[in-house]
Amino acid sequence: MVQAFLIKYAEIGIKGKNRYLFENTLVRQITRALREVDGEFRVSKEMGRIYVHMDGEYDYDGAVEALQTVFGISGICPVVIVENIELDNVKKELVSYVKQNYPEGKEYTFKVFARRPNKKYPLDSMELNATLGEAVLYGCPWMKVDVHHPDAILTVEVRDLVYIYSVEIPGPGGMPVGSNGSAMLLLSGGIDSPVAGYMISKRGVQLDAVYFHAPPYTSERAKQKVVDLAKIVSRYSGQIRLHVVNFTDIQLAIYEKCPHEELTIIMRRYMMRIAEKFAERDGSLALITGESIGQVASQTAQSLLCTNAVCTLPVYRPLIGFDKQEIVDVSVKIGSYDTSILPFEDCCTIFVAKHPVTHPILKVIERSEHKLDDVIDALVQEAVDTAETIIVE
Amino acid sequence: MEAYLDNSATTRCYEEAADIVRHTMLTDFGNPSSMHNKGVEAEVYVKKSAEKIASILRVKPKEIFFTSGGTESNNWALFGTALANRRKGKRIVTTEIEHSAIAAPLEMMEGLGYEIVKVPVDREGIVDMEALKAAVTEDTLLVSVMMVNNEIGAVEPVAEIGAWIKANRPNTYFHVDAIQAFGKFRILPKRMKIDMLSVSGHKIHGPKGVGFLYVDEKVRIHPMVYGGGQQNGMRSGTDNVPGIAGLGVAAERIYRDLDAGVEHMYRLKERLYEGLQDIPNLKFHGPADLRKGAPQILNVSFIGIRSEVLLHTLEDRGIYVSSGSACSSHKRAGSATMQATHASAQEAESSVRFSFSELTTEEEIDYAVQVIHEVAPMLRKYTRR
Repeated sequence: MVQAFLIKYAEIGIKGKNRYLFENTLVRQITRALREVDGEFRVSKEMGRIYVHMDGEYDYDGAVEALQTVFGISGICPVVIVENIELDNVKKELVSYVKQNYPEGKEYTFKVFARRPNKKYPLDSMELNATLGEAVLYGCPWMKVDVHHPDAILTVEVRDLVYIYSVEIPGPGGMPVGSNGSAMLLLSGGIDSPVAGYMISKRGVQLDAVYFHAPPYTSERAKQKVVDLAKIVSRYSGQIRLHVVNFTDIQLAIYEKCPHEELTIIMRRYMMRIAEKFAERDGSLALITGESIGQVASQTAQSLLCTNAVCTLPVYRPLIGFDKQEIVDVSVKIGSYDTSILPFEDCCTIFVAKHPVTHPILKVIERSEHKLDDVIDALVQEAVDTAETIIVE
Repeated sequence: MEAYLDNSATTRCYEEAADIVRHTMLTDFGNPSSMHNKGVEAEVYVKKSAEKIASILRVKPKEIFFTSGGTESNNWALFGTALANRRKGKRIVTTEIEHSAIAAPLEMMEGLGYEIVKVPVDREGIVDMEALKAAVTEDTLLVSVMMVNNEIGAVEPVAEIGAWIKANRPNTYFHVDAIQAFGKFRILPKRMKIDMLSVSGHKIHGPKGVGFLYVDEKVRIHPMVYGGGQQNGMRSGTDNVPGIAGLGVAAERIYRDLDAGVEHMYRLKERLYEGLQDIPNLKFHGPADLRKGAPQILNVSFIGIRSEVLLHTLEDRGIYVSSGSACSSHKRAGSATMQATHASAQEAESSVRFSFSELTTEEEIDYAVQVIHEVAPMLRKYTRR
């Protein structure tokens, strides 16, 4: 029975003196991810590795699934622990491990890879390789040795106890959340923005989010959908502060005063401005959007230039070079797709021109925006002041 | 102020129905299948409900089978008769404007090889009798027609259909979805030649999660839920005593003074209709003669205002209504009923259903009229350019 997971981490390994900070963050995130899983889990840092130990019965599939949401983990190795570390017993346990994981009926190649942090053990690692390899060959005649490209690398670690593992389940990679500051995600009900949040979070960035709600043109259900999406992203990113901004009055003002075909661009510029205000408040170091060049009229290179012009913070656009299908693929993988395509669409279509500008000119847009001068500051301030903040986790 | 004008979605439970639900959960909570007294006590509630409903419909109590609601009753009528009469043919005739609790199971049966024929309706939503007669061939297994359309309140001539079927197609069964009709009309299945009738509890001020299917004793139908053999083996599962008791009480009360309740609803419908008259660019759906439509439903399009936008605006003022179709910028075709009655895309996407009950007040109607007058011009100002 698997009694522990060895957690392999990728990029943390190459960090210098602050490596321990990364490791501590990772331990914290693993503990958080396992909180809801059935079982007793102990997460520990021992000699440059992280182990999760289980006491008694636990939900194996649930634990693996939870660990696969923790950024920073590159691999998860299910470990069988042998308590009686006498050589004969280790041989016996290794043979039964092989029988269970590589059952007779198919030929497998293998090698034994022994490590001996416990230097008091009578055999050194070379001797262990040979002795244990021989035991497997005799005990499981269908196993063949191949030291160069084996199907199974049977890793045997001799410490106070003996740890056996050979399988590595891939983790999500990246860096543990909290190791790279935080950023403000512009979250909509669509497919792209949750994926963008996921990808930035993967680089260790903690997320907060802002959603622009336009009642009665968008429904309570549309808002609930965004909360649900934030919840899905938070499985990976941890807690998200979601700011729900009532954007209706701003939209109506733009609709009344600005050229209709520029409405979306001007609207997006105000979304960026408001998002920055929340970023400032929450101490975010950047904005995140799900934009991808040319996907829609408001995401052409010219449009991006116009929206970007109002930002002082860097804007992370992780999907900028992605095709729609590539975004959908990630969305399916992280489990946000089914929620994203739910049909509680915005009734915002009245705010979308039939032929929006695709090549906006910054000077022209700025001139149009001046028509809002007498009202807009008050409206923006009101939108910020009346925003509702929902803690999603 | 609040105005709950969505009674075709669900109604507020009668106090006495809620009381009996509570009583059968806390005091007389036995299982009718139990041998002991506590069980017998509970069984009385089920029997009484069946008797009350049977007397309203002028049928036998053993022809009433309690279900989990309208959807189950509809599904059972379709699948149950199809299963029990596999040699009778595979043709089922229905209309273009059925509720999804009929349309969806029929779509599934179409996949199983049944031939589903949907008879068209006119602009008021009334089924084309000649087309129906032509569609119901000798080998037609079943005809299923709703009595009152849930969206626009069209009232179908079920008695006429029943009489024609009995006289000309004696082998064909006739099922009526009466979920929006029960409690608003006198329904006499034997006289109207209806073989099966679906009813839901929560549309008549009863609890949710309960309804019944009336099945004429001569109908061959298989159960769809098997198990402990409750309700004569036709619908297994421990009887939902609180629901059934509540349904019985609600049915009894709503029919006690049916005419007054119906008259009250028609008055409200007319009051709302009159109140909206001076708003330009409206299109009313369903029978033009308000008294020919169902008393509880008034469906109107405020052309130029997306129905969901109006719905959420009214909601903000405490007024609850239904929008014909979900708002979607990609799919703008509208519901099957809107399409079948040849509503334009513009009408379909702006249609709002107001629905009343005997508990609705004139004040609620007046408040809704007043608010709509306030918000409609504002909403119409912002339309897609």
